[in-house]
Amino acid sequence: MAEPATLTGAPAPAQRPRPGAQRGAGGALRAYRALLGAQARSQTAYRTSFVVDLVGNVGATAFDVVTVVVLYGVTRELGGFTLRETLVIVGLSAFAFAAADLLVGNIERLSGYVRTGLFDAVLVRPLAALPQLLLMDLPVRKVSRVAFGLAVLLAALASARIEWTPARVALAVVAPLAGIVFFGAVFVLTATVSFYWIDSGQLANSVTYGGRDFTSYPVTIYGGWFRALFAYGLGFAFVSYHPALALLGRADPLGLPGWVGWAAPGVAGVAAAVAALAWRVGIRHYRSTGS
Amino acid sequence: MSVIELSDLRKEFTVRVKTGRLRRQKRTVRAVDGIDLRVERGEMLGYIGPNGAGKSTTLKMLTGVLMPSAGRATVCGLRPVADRTRLALRIGVVFGQRSQLWWDLPLRDTFALLRHIYRVPAAEHAARLARCRGLLDLDGFLDTPVRQLSLGQRMRGELTAALLHGPEVLFLDEPTIGLDVVSKQAVRGFLAELGRAGDTTLVLTTHDLADIERLCERLVVIDHGRVVHDGSIAALHRRYGSRRMVVAELDAALPAPPALPGAPLHRLEADGRRLVFALESASVAEVVAGLAGLATLRDISIVEPDIEEVVARLYRTPADG
Repeated sequence: MAEPATLTGAPAPAQRPRPGAQRGAGGALRAYRALLGAQARSQTAYRTSFVVDLVGNVGATAFDVVTVVVLYGVTRELGGFTLRETLVIVGLSAFAFAAADLLVGNIERLSGYVRTGLFDAVLVRPLAALPQLLLMDLPVRKVSRVAFGLAVLLAALASARIEWTPARVALAVVAPLAGIVFFGAVFVLTATVSFYWIDSGQLANSVTYGGRDFTSYPVTIYGGWFRALFAYGLGFAFVSYHPALALLGRADPLGLPGWVGWAAPGVAGVAAAVAALAWRVGIRHYRSTGS
Repeated sequence: MSVIELSDLRKEFTVRVKTGRLRRQKRTVRAVDGIDLRVERGEMLGYIGPNGAGKSTTLKMLTGVLMPSAGRATVCGLRPVADRTRLALRIGVVFGQRSQLWWDLPLRDTFALLRHIYRVPAAEHAARLARCRGLLDLDGFLDTPVRQLSLGQRMRGELTAALLHGPEVLFLDEPTIGLDVVSKQAVRGFLAELGRAGDTTLVLTTHDLADIERLCERLVVIDHGRVVHDGSIAALHRRYGSRRMVVAELDAALPAPPALPGAPLHRLEADGRRLVFALESASVAEVVAGLAGLATLRDISIVEPDIEEVVARLYRTPADG
């Protein structure tokens, strides 16, 4: 190409930006929506693989549910819970995890973003880093999993012979949302480790996916220190087990009081706050890579 | 107030070095070791140094990517990390090895997206894009997905992407790295135009000193995280005694080396038939006239000082800045 021509009379490229022009929440929201749109277009650019992924993704979640059903083929009760009761736990866990995985799960690629320099590119844009990363890489194909998880949850709630009260209806709505927030916080929290230690993926996976499997069963089937750590140390009991007890109107075989089931939103809030703090601190420790 | 102000800016990294099978030792690396710098509006600053000198680290601290370990930095009166998103609206960044573009989308879509991200009014955006399309010759590949672009095309896209919101300061980290000669010239020409408008402050790191000679009046050289030179290219030559040379080819060697006022003899080559004079206070004409009285001249050539050589020397000699 030729050397550019001189530009007398052309508008200056660098007019002073006018601070305040289209600033504020509305502007940022439009920006995030545009990011999401771009992501959807990028993914559907490979149409066949998108459809294959859409179908394949249901498989993974369906497998988790089938495992539970198969287990009940050999035993009538698991940790003191029947199949119908356990399915409420499974549904809560599957839906919350699938939705959190869709919305926040790709943050586990953070170490990759750090390595490739995408994270630097994100930091020089006038938007918060975390939402940008999530929207730029939102795995739209995982929508099918969320739909499947929701179907399992609704079917389980319908067949569990719950005595519905207004409070329980509210809990049936709030508990899955709290579960999404909780799993989302776990995703973010484990991903921030890669600000300090780039090859931390396996450790992160053992907590997030370990947590998902843990929440698919009544905590009574686990023993000793393992249960104490995952259920109450890390808080996974509040995703599905305790809300399910409250919905079913069952006392906790382990002896915790009934109100614990209603504490899920509070626990999720605390987890989100811790994750947000860790993220902020992590960004300050971010070291970037190479040139 | 200067557009960019750094005072005693530092960045330290701790690295763990393996010293035994299990033992590791912590070592502190000072990537940036106390840099003071002021850049005024409209300046074009070349920021150079050998690999690992701390160029990119400085740029990352100025753009809010990295948190300084100590010292102060302000850009457009803002603190880069604390006011990161506000600062981002007022600066443009091109990292030669980091893309701002959407890999699977055509450039046109990336540009539209950036308009939303930077909240630029449509008319302003369109005017700037039209200008870049003309200057950088983008029209041939605006609708090609970025992943299919050549490096030169991509870099022209990156430049456009960094300018669409009308930044006050443009940071360029190795903008010509890996480009072919034609693309390099296109990029340089474009940046020169930008500089001529006088509105945008430009900070450029590069390995290619031709970029600097073409674009920057001011040159900051850093080594081991410190500033070892800050001034014009001419000042650099003066300081390190690199001068223009006059090379004279004679028919026959002179019996004695000639003494010309203001142009000491630098070297004798080809058995005394080629003489190299360093130009100090004398002009080329004076040297030629002086020689013509002494011998028959076959050829005269003038050699400009080689900036690469000067800078290479700078890296080797420990300087106190």
